[in-house]
Amino acid sequence: MEAAVFILSLVDCCALIFLSVYFIITLSDLECDYINARACCSKLNKWVIPEMIGQCLSTMLMLISMHWFIFLLNLPVAAWDIYRYVKVPMGNMGVFDPTEIHNRGQLKSHMKEAMIKLGYHLLCFFIYLYSMILALIND
Amino acid sequence: MSGFTNLNSSVSYSQNSTPNGGAAPPYQNGPVQTYPSMYPPAGYYGAPPQQQSYSTIPGHAAPAPNKAPTTNNAHSANYYHNNHQQQQQQQQQNHLPQHHVAPSPYSAPLSSATPSQPYATLPSAAPPPSNAHYNQQPFQQHPPYATPGSYYGQQSYHPSPAQHPQQQQQQQQQQQHPSLVPVSACAPGAPLYPIVSYPSAPGSSQYGTLSSSQSTSTPGGLPTQILGAPLHQYSAAPPPSTTAVQPAYGAVPPSQTAPTVNGQGSTAQNTVHQHYTQSHQASLSYDSYSGVTQSSGGADTDQPPSGTPSTSVHSSPGHHQGMQYGYVANSGASSASATTSGPAEAAPSSSSSDDDEEEEDEDEEAGGDTSSSTTGSASPVPNSYDSLEGGSYPDSMPPSNDMANQAQPYGSYGYPSMQSAYQQGPASHADASPSHDLYGQSSYQQYSQPFPNLSQLSAALGGLSGVPELEVEALRPVNLLQERNLLPPRPLEAPEPNVSSDLKKVNCSPQTFRCTLSSIPQTQALLNKARLPLGLLLHPFRDLQQLPVITSNTIVRCRSCRTYINPFVTFLDQRRWKCNLCYRVNDVPDEFMYNPVTRSYGEPHKRPEVQNSTVEFIASSDYMLRPPQPAAYLFVLDVSHNAVEAGYLKYFCESLLENLTKLPGDMRTRVGFLTFDSTIHFYNLQEGLSQPQMLVVSDIDDVFIPSHDSLMVNLKESKELVKDLLTSLPEMFSQSRETHSALGPALQAAFKLMSPTGGRVTVFQTQLPTLGAGALQSREDPNQRSNAKGVQHLGPATDFYKKLALDCSGQQIGVDLFLLSSQYADLASLACISKYSAGSIFYYPSFHYIHNPAQLEKFQKDLERYLTRKIGFEAVMRIRCTKGLSIHTFHGNFFVRSTDLLSLANVNPDSAFAVQMSIEDSLADSSLACFQAALLYTSSRGKRRIRVHTLCLPVVNQLSDVYAGADVQAITCLLANMAIDRSVTSSLSDARDALVNAVVDLVSAYKSNVSNLQQSGLVVPASMRLFPLYILALLKQKALRTGASTRLDERVFAMCEFKTQPLQQLMRMVHPDLYRLDNITDQGALHLNDTVVPQPHLLHLSAERLSRDGAFLMDCGNVFYLWIGKCCNEMFIRDVLGCPNYASIPPNMSHIPELETPLSERVRALLDWLQDNRAFSSTIHVVKDDASAKATLFQHLVEDQSEVASSYRDFLQHIQQQISK
Repeated sequence: MEAAVFILSLVDCCALIFLSVYFIITLSDLECDYINARACCSKLNKWVIPEMIGQCLSTMLMLISMHWFIFLLNLPVAAWDIYRYVKVPMGNMGVFDPTEIHNRGQLKSHMKEAMIKLGYHLLCFFIYLYSMILALIND
Repeated sequence: MSGFTNLNSSVSYSQNSTPNGGAAPPYQNGPVQTYPSMYPPAGYYGAPPQQQSYSTIPGHAAPAPNKAPTTNNAHSANYYHNNHQQQQQQQQQNHLPQHHVAPSPYSAPLSSATPSQPYATLPSAAPPPSNAHYNQQPFQQHPPYATPGSYYGQQSYHPSPAQHPQQQQQQQQQQQHPSLVPVSACAPGAPLYPIVSYPSAPGSSQYGTLSSSQSTSTPGGLPTQILGAPLHQYSAAPPPSTTAVQPAYGAVPPSQTAPTVNGQGSTAQNTVHQHYTQSHQASLSYDSYSGVTQSSGGADTDQPPSGTPSTSVHSSPGHHQGMQYGYVANSGASSASATTSGPAEAAPSSSSSDDDEEEEDEDEEAGGDTSSSTTGSASPVPNSYDSLEGGSYPDSMPPSNDMANQAQPYGSYGYPSMQSAYQQGPASHADASPSHDLYGQSSYQQYSQPFPNLSQLSAALGGLSGVPELEVEALRPVNLLQERNLLPPRPLEAPEPNVSSDLKKVNCSPQTFRCTLSSIPQTQALLNKARLPLGLLLHPFRDLQQLPVITSNTIVRCRSCRTYINPFVTFLDQRRWKCNLCYRVNDVPDEFMYNPVTRSYGEPHKRPEVQNSTVEFIASSDYMLRPPQPAAYLFVLDVSHNAVEAGYLKYFCESLLENLTKLPGDMRTRVGFLTFDSTIHFYNLQEGLSQPQMLVVSDIDDVFIPSHDSLMVNLKESKELVKDLLTSLPEMFSQSRETHSALGPALQAAFKLMSPTGGRVTVFQTQLPTLGAGALQSREDPNQRSNAKGVQHLGPATDFYKKLALDCSGQQIGVDLFLLSSQYADLASLACISKYSAGSIFYYPSFHYIHNPAQLEKFQKDLERYLTRKIGFEAVMRIRCTKGLSIHTFHGNFFVRSTDLLSLANVNPDSAFAVQMSIEDSLADSSLACFQAALLYTSSRGKRRIRVHTLCLPVVNQLSDVYAGADVQAITCLLANMAIDRSVTSSLSDARDALVNAVVDLVSAYKSNVSNLQQSGLVVPASMRLFPLYILALLKQKALRTGASTRLDERVFAMCEFKTQPLQQLMRMVHPDLYRLDNITDQGALHLNDTVVPQPHLLHLSAERLSRDGAFLMDCGNVFYLWIGKCCNEMFIRDVLGCPNYASIPPNMSHIPELETPLSERVRALLDWLQDNRAFSSTIHVVKDDASAKATLFQHLVEDQSEVASSYRDFLQHIQQQISK
């Protein structure tokens, strides 16, 4: 059972890692002018909700399986994702808005955020991996 | 298909060429193909070439007409609506060789032809007014207009072989009688197409000419002035030009023959000019001919000539001559490339490449007037020849030859002519009337030596080390609590950058390009220490009185950062220059080595590009993604009950009728109308109809376009129908009871209608949209209007308008919004449609044609300016700055497409932009920082142009120097923009706090870092002494004030204005200028021409400065208030207002009578002078000293306390408390 939880989390985490990498690549494309703001934002906005769901999923898994430490580790990130999504002003086209992204250093902060998330997901990945192996051994 | 188009072009060309030599220009490409090998003279007049062209025709005709909609041909074709009729047209052309100039010929034939084919099928036979509701289906089926590609799509052209012979014959005839050229044709066109009228002007246009006048309104007048100047100058090299020019210019019938001649003779020199001018002139010519011809070349192997042209073209440019020819060549090339690549692809060959922009040629800019005028008459043909053959054409003596030149065959094509052209540029400056402030001639002339090399440059900069007196004055500590008279006697000028005098002379005008810190701090740390924002304020497309226009084969740019060469680059030696933005060393192209002014090699630093910081290039096809679009205007009118009540429609129609001929554009100009209430009404204006037809689409959930070709029509051809429509429109809806408004669907329809071409959509809206996509709810709670805690709903309620705006921007459609609403209409949401499509927003609260005459007058004045002002289409602007600086935030109406590229579907001369910058790397290794804004646009005459502004500022490493160079007005404007952003993304109170903190930060930073005086009180550098006052004024603006009751829409509109108004205008709105008028004297007055403009002193905006026995003028930017005190001296009232005494002044007086008294003359001179340099004319209100004055005038007295805001003294006290905390 425990092993199954961690295997699931591991898969989820992999998906989130890929997503972070995708965000980083797309944003840096925009930074370098390879794509225009509109294309970039519509690409990224599509993945905001999946990312949020993925993050919530692993948080919930940890909560249900009562791994408190990992749950607490996940909680702030999930909360941030939800907060960010809810806080989008009505007139904006999503978390990434093509008309705003070049203003006020938003591009940079998005980039920074994606980087931090990548690091965080990598960390989680190894934690899940370790926990999974531990669980398998214990079984 | 291209082939077929070509046919036309070639044919027409040949025909034309014969008669007019000069007239031919439009068909640049044509000639090439047709007579590739021919010598110019022969080709010109000789019959043989034409025949050749003809022969090709049939071949072309054969191919299916409908094929390639995308290609250039297609593009050209569409303008040609009448292709099917071409035969007829051609015939007519034969008759009227100058047809391109004259609108009449075309229209006539078309009209006759039209009825038969296309419209016959129309299901809706019903007359327009009847409002027949048509189902979609019938419309869609519309056979004739079926082509969906509509705009660019091909039309059915059925060339009848039989006719060709006839045509040929006609042509021949024409050739025989070149003199036939109908003068009359030109004459009518003249007002519209200034170019035509000034055929010989070319030289001026070419390099330089002044061009830009604000001229939209005065096409005729301006050009003359302009031309006049250049001509004289010419005298040295090409004296003849003057003579030639005048006749041509006159456009008088007698000159007809003359122009032709000139064309040939003069053409040689002016090749370049002529080229482009011609192109615009002939509506057909550009699109149809040039594009077509080439395309044909590509498409048809049959035609040998087609192939040749392109190659030949390319080859020519290589030489120095290139410059002249260059342009031609490019055009040829462009077309060629287009053929192959198709419009969709950016011009692949373009050297310019990437960045910028797709741009274009230009035409004359200002309203088409001046520059283009250039050589309109001239012969386009020759140009092409030259390019082909390299100089075959005659023209060594270009200008002088006048008519005589014809005979001269191949003069030295190249250099001499060039010179003349260039000379004009500078010369014109010199001659320029004194009025041209910005670009003083003197400066130009004197500035003979740029900076040939680095050492010189550094030497020139040497002056920097010493502290100039100005700086000392700017740094004088001012204790705000003690000094009460802070205002300068005259409105504040921008601080002069502390650079060497040589650089000062060439630096960009502060009205165009302004930096908040005229001394750039070396590092971000220093900037942070100064607590001042770093940013630029740009007004790139403003109406200029003088603008050097450069036509050159190669536009010299840095190879790595693509910066345009500018006066601040350094020439390391004869062959290399160093970019001032990225410091890369570039080669000087051969062509650039030739200095047209001195006719010698090796003086690249004397080229006009290097002598002027504001120049305009005529762009080659490298700068086009597709053929330049025609001017296209779509008017989307609200005709719901509410709109009828407000009564704007009648005034709009009147104004448009009046200005129909002044709409910027050329023969290709297209217009369309669309009205909406709960349904959408289209108007079929296809020429040939006896009346406009109204097509109603009631399915607003899935809007479709009922007919593709007949809704956007050529203004020339359908002028009568358009006039009919405008006359009948106000009555058509006078009984409307429909209260709903389907704005969203109407905008979607407009988008669909315009997307093939791009252009300008003008939306008139009078209420909240209630139906279909984009419907909005009222979000304003009137009880919260004066809530001091915060204001909600400053942002849009839906992303519908933003998305649509981005779609529009992608299709090069700009949407301008006129909101005439008495109720809340959610401008915050609606404004998005204009904000992101680079449109402009006009708002007339409580508009009513009877109850609110003041708004009506303003509406009418604004509309007139709006309709006639210059416009640039499919524009992009890139802002580059010295390595180490980067832009991080943009303010204004546009879409930021990539990090430094602004996409502007339309650009107008009245909107300004601002950017904030940060210093990413230390600038320690350079003493100068430069900024370059390059605006690439398509002029209303279908030319691609690049306007380049370059600003150069010193880099400093001392905080005191930073303060000395601070530009308080620019800082205030930039802070206002930042505050607007903050209030939308965060909250209004945050924004207000941030503004107050800006003052607090400045004072404390100055205190702790610079001033050594341990004074108590508020000490700021003199350069910033007005800063607290301006910030206080900002806080009392509608956009940012709290407490006072402010309607949400008015607040949002004020915010929009902050984002788009140019600095001067904005400052007058924020801090109006107050003058006392009853005691004006001639002391220090300006003497302009014959009028004396008194210069009264500025007064502080406080009621204590007003006195009952005086008369005061307040200049608020878009409105003047003339306040008359109760005890004002009766002489003033009598002499200026024409009333016997105070009591007899009418309550709503809104004009100053023209009286013959000296006082009245002075006052009116002052008013005119103040009015002179602003785009929208201001209204004047005479305000009497009674209670009603408080509402209007006193709210602008920002230093006084109001019910909800503190006085200036209190504000300073507050600041001081904050600091001492």
